Amino acid sequence: MNTLVQSARPAVPSGRELARHPLFRAGAPLLVLLLADALLLPGFLHLEIKDGHLYGALVDIANRAAPLILAAIGMTLVVATRGVDISVGAVVALAGSVAAVLVGGDAEPHVALGTAFLAALAAALACGLWNGALVSGLGLQPIVATLILMVAGRGLAQLLTDGQIVTVYYAPYAWLGGGYLAGLPVALYLAGGVAVATGLLLRHTALGLFLRVVGINPVAARLAGVPAAALLVFAYAFSGLCAGLAGLVISSNVTSADANNAGLLLELDAILAVTLGGTALTGGNFSLAGSVLGALTIQALTYTIYALGVPPEVNLVVKAMVVFIVCIAQSPELRRMLGKGAQA
Amino acid sequence: MVDAANPAPLLELAGIHLQFPGVKALTDAGLRLYPGEVHTLMGQNGAGKSSLIKVLTGVYTPDAGRITLAGAPIRPRSARHAQELGISTVYQEVNLCPNLSVAENVCVGRYPRRFGMIDWAAMRRQAAALLERLQVRIDVTRPLGAYPLAMQQMVAIARSLGTSARVLVLDEPTSSLDEAEVQRLFEVLRRLRAEGMAILFVTHFLDQTFAISDRITVLRNGEREGEYLCTELSRVDLVNKMVGAQAETQAPAPTASHAGPEVLRAHGLTRRGVLAPTDLAARSGEVLGLCGLLGSGRTELARLLFGADRADAGSITVQGRERKFRSPRDAIAAGIAFCSEDRKHEGAILPLSVRENVVLALQVRAGLWRAIPLRKQRALAEEYVRQLGIKTASVETPIGTLSGGNQQKVLLARWLVTEPNALILDEPTRGIDIRAKQEIMDYVTALCRKGMAILFISSELPEVLRCSQRLLVMRDRRAGGEYLQGELDEQSVLHVIAEET
Repeated sequence: MNTLVQSARPAVPSGRELARHPLFRAGAPLLVLLLADALLLPGFLHLEIKDGHLYGALVDIANRAAPLILAAIGMTLVVATRGVDISVGAVVALAGSVAAVLVGGDAEPHVALGTAFLAALAAALACGLWNGALVSGLGLQPIVATLILMVAGRGLAQLLTDGQIVTVYYAPYAWLGGGYLAGLPVALYLAGGVAVATGLLLRHTALGLFLRVVGINPVAARLAGVPAAALLVFAYAFSGLCAGLAGLVISSNVTSADANNAGLLLELDAILAVTLGGTALTGGNFSLAGSVLGALTIQALTYTIYALGVPPEVNLVVKAMVVFIVCIAQSPELRRMLGKGAQA
Repeated sequence: MVDAANPAPLLELAGIHLQFPGVKALTDAGLRLYPGEVHTLMGQNGAGKSSLIKVLTGVYTPDAGRITLAGAPIRPRSARHAQELGISTVYQEVNLCPNLSVAENVCVGRYPRRFGMIDWAAMRRQAAALLERLQVRIDVTRPLGAYPLAMQQMVAIARSLGTSARVLVLDEPTSSLDEAEVQRLFEVLRRLRAEGMAILFVTHFLDQTFAISDRITVLRNGEREGEYLCTELSRVDLVNKMVGAQAETQAPAPTASHAGPEVLRAHGLTRRGVLAPTDLAARSGEVLGLCGLLGSGRTELARLLFGADRADAGSITVQGRERKFRSPRDAIAAGIAFCSEDRKHEGAILPLSVRENVVLALQVRAGLWRAIPLRKQRALAEEYVRQLGIKTASVETPIGTLSGGNQQKVLLARWLVTEPNALILDEPTRGIDIRAKQEIMDYVTALCRKGMAILFISSELPEVLRCSQRLLVMRDRRAGGEYLQGELDEQSVLHVIAEET
C-alpha cells in the first residue's frame, strides 16, 4: 500500500501504467498550469533568498494554499465515508475569532498565545464532534447536518466579535500565518506536517481500510464489526480540527479576525480539491496526496489569473472554465467515449 | 390438468430464458393463466418467481421465449406498457403516494378532465366506484397514509382495476398483513375471480396457497417444476416439489457426531413480529442445520445470535458465559462469525481487493490501532486462496470481479482467519455453481471435524440433511422440531415444514 494513496489498485508506477496512475491524473493539471506560467510569466520559476527567506512565485503559491490544503485533508476523510462537511468555512471563521478575541486588540495579549490557539482548536474540534454526532448518532444527511453549523458557526463568530473585524496588534500572533522558519513559511510546515501525519496515521493503523469499507458498503461494514459510528464521528471531528488550523493560519496571516468573510466558501474549494485529487464524492477509495495536489492546483490557478492580469470581473468565469475543463478531462465517461472512438 | 371448460389460456408464458451475467435466472420457464382463476406461483427464494413476474410485466426482457395474451403474442416493454396491455401488478411494497388523497392515488395518471382542468368531483366518483367494486367504503378525499397498510393494498388493487385489467398479478401482497386483513383480501380476490379476472398470486405461505388457489405452478432453480390443480396436491407434496427433496441421491451421510462441549446457546430468544421465543444449542464439532421456508425465522434467528438485530427477550450464552450483543462487534469479540445470505449487499466490499476483504474481520478484532502488516495480510490471503481453491488472478484483484462462488469463498475466509468458535452460515451455497457448492460443503465438514461449532442455514433440504448432525426445523417464526442424526428423514422434515403431523 502506498503511503498516501488509499486505492484498491496497487500502485504500479511503471512505463505506460504511469499515465493511468490516479496521482498522475491529479497532478497533471497542476503541472500544465505551472508550465503555462513558466512560459507566460517571466521569472515565474525564479527563487531567491532575501533576508534568509526563500521568495518566489512557487513558494507564494504553496504558502497561500496552506489553509486550503488543511481543509482538503479533513474533507478527504469525510468524503471517504460518503459524507461532506460544508461547515468548514464557518469553523475557519469561528476558530479565527476565538483566537483573536482571546488575544485581544492590544500590544500585550490578554490570554497567552498558546492558550488562545488551543481554545480556538478546541472550539473547532467541538464543531466537528457536533457534526459527527448529528450524522452518526441521529443519522442526519451529512449536507443537512453540517449546514446547521455552516450557518450557526459564522453566527457564533459574529457574536464573539460583535460583528466587527478584530485586529490583533500582538506581534507574535502573525508568526503562524506569516512567519518563516529556516527560510520557509511556517504555514507550509504546518500543512505539510498535517498531510504527512495523516498519511502515516492511515498507513500505520487500520483507519484507511475502515474508512473505505464504511464509505463503500456501510451495511457490510457493520456486519464485519467495523465501528462505523465511531469512525464517522472521528472523520467529522478531524475535519473540524483541520478547519480550525486553517482558520488560525488565515487569521494570523492578516492579524485579524473577520467573522463575516474569513474562510467564505472555503468548503467548496476543499470539496473541489478533493474531487480534483481523484476521490469520488460517492465515498470509498480516496487519495490524500491527490487532495493536496488538488488544493495546490486551485491556488496555482488563482495565482495565474491574477498574475496574467485577467480583469477581476471575468476572474470567476475564467476560474470556472478551467475547473470545468479539468473535471471533463478526468471524467471516466469521457475517457470511455474517447476509447470507443479510437477503436472505431 | 387443463380444464375442459377453458381450453385456451388467457395468458401464456412459454420457454422463457433469462440470463444475468454469471447467473441463469430462468431456464425454459413458463406459466399458463386462465380467466376466472386464482393461480399461485410458488417456489423457494431464488427459484425465479420474481424474475418471471418481471418478465411478464416488462421489467426484464427475456433472452428467449414467448408471451401470448388472448392468443396474440405480446412483448411488454415496460411496466406501463404491460398495464396498457391489460396486465396489472400490485407489488409487495405498496408503491403509492401516502401524502395524496385516496382518489388521487386510485386515478393517478388518468385524472378525468373538464375544460382542460382536472375534474375533481368526477375523480372522487370514479375512485369511490372502483373501491365499491371491492366492497371498500372509505373517504376518498383523505390522504392515503391515514389508512392502514391493508387498506392501502386495496387502493392499489382498485387502481390496477381502473385500467381495465384482464390479468391481475399480486406479488407477495400478504407478507405485511395480519390474518383478518388476509381474509379480507381473499374475499376481494374471490369476487374478482367470479368476474372472470385471471389472478396470479405470488406467495410463500402454504396456508394461503391452499386457501385461495385453483391451480399452482411450482418453480425451482429457474425452471417450471410443474403445474398442479390445488386439489390434487397435498401440502407435503408441494413442499417436496419446492425443495426438490425426492430427487438427488447424495454422497454418504455425515460421519458420526464428534460433538464436544456446548459453544453457543440461545434461550427464549425473541424479537417481536420476527421470532417467537426460540431455544438453540450449538456444540463444538457439530453441524447444526437450520431449515424451513423463507420467513420461517431462520435468518432472523441467525441475525439475533450475531447481534445484527436486537432481541426483545431471551439470553445468549457463549461457552458458558451469558452475553449481551449490542452489535455484531460484540458477537465477533465473543468468537462468533456470521456469513450473510446477501453476499453482495451484506458481505463483499466489491471494489476492494481479495486481500482486504479477507483481513477485514481479523483487523476489526485486532483493533484500529494495530494494523496488520501488509506482508502478513498477503500471506493470510494467499493461504486461504490456496486452501479454499479461490480462483483469482492475485490477492490484489478486486473481489467484485470474481464469480459468485469465489466471492463466497473469500467471505468464508474472512471469518475463518478470525478462528471463530461458532460459525453461522446463512445460505452459503445460494446462487453459486455445483462445484463451488460441493467444495464449500466439504470444507464446512472439515471445519466441523476440527472442533468448530457450525450453524448451517439452507433452503435446500438435501444439502442440510447431508451435512448436519442435528437439524432444527423452523416454521412460523419459531422452532418446529429438532431432529438428531439418524432420525433425519426427508419426509418427516417435510411434514414438519408443512405443519402436518
